[in-house]
Amino acid sequence: MKSAVVQLPGLNRDRDMIAALTKISGVAPVTVWQTETDLPDVDLIVIPGGFSYGDYLRCGAIAARMPVMQAIKAKAEAGVKVLGVCNGFQILLEAGLLPGALMRNSSLKFVCREVKLEVANAETDFTRAYDKGQIIRCPVAHHDGNFFADAETLAAIEGDGQVVFRYAEGTNPNGSLNDIAGVINAKGNVLGLMPHPENLIEAAHGGSDGRGLFASVLDVIAA
Amino acid sequence: MIKARVTVTLKNGVLDPQGKAIEGALGSLGFEGVGAIRQGKVFDLELATADRAKAEADLKAMCDKLLANTVIENYTIALA
Repeated sequence: MKSAVVQLPGLNRDRDMIAALTKISGVAPVTVWQTETDLPDVDLIVIPGGFSYGDYLRCGAIAARMPVMQAIKAKAEAGVKVLGVCNGFQILLEAGLLPGALMRNSSLKFVCREVKLEVANAETDFTRAYDKGQIIRCPVAHHDGNFFADAETLAAIEGDGQVVFRYAEGTNPNGSLNDIAGVINAKGNVLGLMPHPENLIEAAHGGSDGRGLFASVLDVIAA
Repeated sequence: MIKARVTVTLKNGVLDPQGKAIEGALGSLGFEGVGAIRQGKVFDLELATADRAKAEADLKAMCDKLLANTVIENYTIALA
């Protein structure tokens, strides 16, 4: 699997993502700087977490208007898989690649802890290594992960199976509507989620529940 | 040059945890009867044009493309 990791000023989870992709796919991802518009030919583009542009204006708002995002939009339209984690999820929403918005956590506190996630849709290219309804462990670390969408959008994404991950067993850390932790686009090739699966992929992390997300994409690409 | 002020506020129905916290803090300062505080943003801009219609059209585009997230926010534009 060929992959690319996007780098922007203020993103700080890029190294974790590069390590995870390298360990799971066996090939180091290429890195792409925010000004690049000619993207390499890859199977998966990942926007990692962090605090791009210091979260100025709104989380992900400035990053979503950088040249690289126009190129990523074109790739997504062409069917390339795109994954956004944490700030990457916020950037995908701000760029209009996914429905909804992420607001300040309802507690107003930055949350850094482990949560439980329910795999709400195990038929996506990002989740087929899991079972529907499976509960997995996953770390979260964010201040603005409170998912919001208007009633019409919410009904649409719930009806279409676009809600891929939910916070389970009372672990919703941020007040997200319907406990939503991750959503996919209608076409099924762009996924965004607040939790950090790349930080739970091997024994040294204390578990490997996050590995299945990357393994799913790897399987789809290899097939 | 035209000076303009853009005000961005949360749409009705969008929860505002920050507004709630401010409401609580005002209550603890002894200000009673303060309800429904909604926090917003104000942008003051200077535009190098004398064409008010163009300024207004540009500002609207700026709001739609960047200054506001229209999924959760409304905006108003006022020219000085």
